[in-house]
Amino acid sequence: MAEPLLSIDRLSSGYGDFQALFELSFDLQQGEMLGLVGANGAGKTTLFRAIMGLLPRQQDMVRFRGQPIGALPTSDLATLGIAMVPEGRRLFRSLSVEENLRIAGDYGRKGHWTLERIYALFPILAEKRHAPALSLSGGQQQMVAIGRALIANPDLILFDEISLGLAPIVVNEVYAAFPAILASGVGAIVVEQDIARVRKIARHLVCIREGRIVLDGAAETLTLHDLTVTYFGE
Amino acid sequence: MNVIDTLIGGLLLGGLYTLFAIGLSLIFGVMRLVNIAHGDFIVLAAYIAYLVIGATGLHPLVALLVVIPIMAVIGYLLQKWVLNRTMGDDDVLPPLLVTFGLAVIIQNALLAAFTSNSMRLSAGSLQTSSLPLGSIQIGLLPLFTLLMAVVLVIVLEFIFARTRIGRAFRATSDDPQIASAIGVRADHIYALAMAISFATIAIASVFLAMRSNFDPYSGPARLIYGFEAVIIGGLGSFYGTLAGGLVLGLAQSFGAQISPNMQILSGHLVFFIILALRPRGLFPKAP
Repeated sequence: MAEPLLSIDRLSSGYGDFQALFELSFDLQQGEMLGLVGANGAGKTTLFRAIMGLLPRQQDMVRFRGQPIGALPTSDLATLGIAMVPEGRRLFRSLSVEENLRIAGDYGRKGHWTLERIYALFPILAEKRHAPALSLSGGQQQMVAIGRALIANPDLILFDEISLGLAPIVVNEVYAAFPAILASGVGAIVVEQDIARVRKIARHLVCIREGRIVLDGAAETLTLHDLTVTYFGE
Repeated sequence: MNVIDTLIGGLLLGGLYTLFAIGLSLIFGVMRLVNIAHGDFIVLAAYIAYLVIGATGLHPLVALLVVIPIMAVIGYLLQKWVLNRTMGDDDVLPPLLVTFGLAVIIQNALLAAFTSNSMRLSAGSLQTSSLPLGSIQIGLLPLFTLLMAVVLVIVLEFIFARTRIGRAFRATSDDPQIASAIGVRADHIYALAMAISFATIAIASVFLAMRSNFDPYSGPARLIYGFEAVIIGGLGSFYGTLAGGLVLGLAQSFGAQISPNMQILSGHLVFFIILALRPRGLFPKAP
C-alpha cells in the first residue's frame, strides 16, 4: 500500500487539564474521502483542531506524507497542503467575499484552483464577490468557506460540519460541489451529523465516542445499524 | 475674524493630535493592544532625531528618512520579542502592564542620558514662515503637520483596504486562529503592525519637536491626546481617528479663547462628553 497522506498515530490532546482525545490512530490514503462520525462532544472538532495545531499535540502524533508535522505551528500547514473548513464557517467579517478567497490564495499554494475556478464552481459567489462575507446566506457563506480552503490548493481538506444550521435543500447544493472537489485529487476528512449522507460520499468511516475510536472500516462493510450502535453506545 | 482664526488654529492643532493617535489606532485595530508607552516612544524618537540631526546636520524633515526606519525596526523587534509573549487568552492586562513598565523605563533612561532640560528641533525658516490667507496668517509648519496627518490617514486606509498585507491585518484582527490556519503568521503580522505604528511615531515626534519643547517627561500627555483622539473618532477607522484628532484640536482651540487656562481642560471635557453620549465614538465601525 502506498504511503498514507495523513497518519494519526496515538494522538492525545485536550483543553488545558481536560483530556478530550485518547490515543487516536488512523490513516487517510491519498485522494481518499474519510467520514468522521460521532455524537456531539465526541471529539471530532477537537481532533481537527489538534491536527491543525490549534490544540497541543506532539511531533510524531500527526504525519503528513510520512513527515512528522505535530510540532509545526498552524501557519506552516497551508504551504504543506492542509486546509480546513471550520465549524461555523468563521469567515473574516471585515473582508468581502472575494477578499476572503484572495487572502487564502495569497498564503496558500498555486495550482488547479484559482479565483475563476472557485467562481465557476459556485457561480453565486461571483455575483456577490464584493459583498461583505457575513451579508451572505448561510449556504453561500459555507461556499465561501469551502472556496477559501480550495483556493490554497491543498492535498487534504478537513470539512467540519458543513451542513450545520443549513436547510436540507441548501446542504444538497453545497454537497453537489463535492465530486468536482474530489476530482482534483484532494483527500478529505468530513465531519457530518447525517450518517446516511456520509455513507454515500465516504468510502472509509471512522467513528469516535468520548475521545476514542470505536469503529474504523470501509463504508460498505458497515451497516447503518453498526453505526447507530457505535454512535450512541450500547 | 476671530472665530475663523480659532477654527483654523484648532484644525491645525488637530493635525498634530492625529499624528499622535494614528499609531495607537492602528495597533488597537489589528491586535486590541493599548501601548501605554506610545507617548514616551514619541519622545524617544524625538531624541533619536536630535542625535541624527546633531551627527549629520540634516533638516528635521529630512532626518525623518533615518528616524522612520530606526523606529520601525524598534517597533518590529519590541512586538516580536516582548509584546507577542504577553498577548493571547483575550487578556488585555499583561501587554498593558508591560508597556506601562516600558514607559517608566524610557522616561528614566532619557532623563539619565539627556537630563531634564527641555529641547527643541530647529525647523529653520519653516518655523516662522506663514501663508497669508486673506487677513489670516497660516503657519507653514502647522499646515504641513495637518497635511502630513491627512496623507498618512489616506495611505493607511489604502494599505488596509487594498493591499495583501492590509487583508492580512484585517483577517488576523477578525480571527487569528483561522488566519493562521490559512497560513498567516499572526506574530509576524502583529510585529509588522507595530513597525508601521512606530513609523508614525517617528513622524509624530519630529513634527512635535519642531513645534514645541520636549523633555523626558513629555510622553504621557501625548499619549492622552492620542488616546482621546482615537476614542472620540471611534475605534477601528483611520478616518475616525482623523476626525477625533480634529475635534480635540478644535475643542482646545476654542477653549483657549475662553481663557488660556481652559485649553487643555476643554479638550478633556469634550472627550468626556462624547464618551458619555456616544461611547463607541463619532464614527464607529459597524459591529
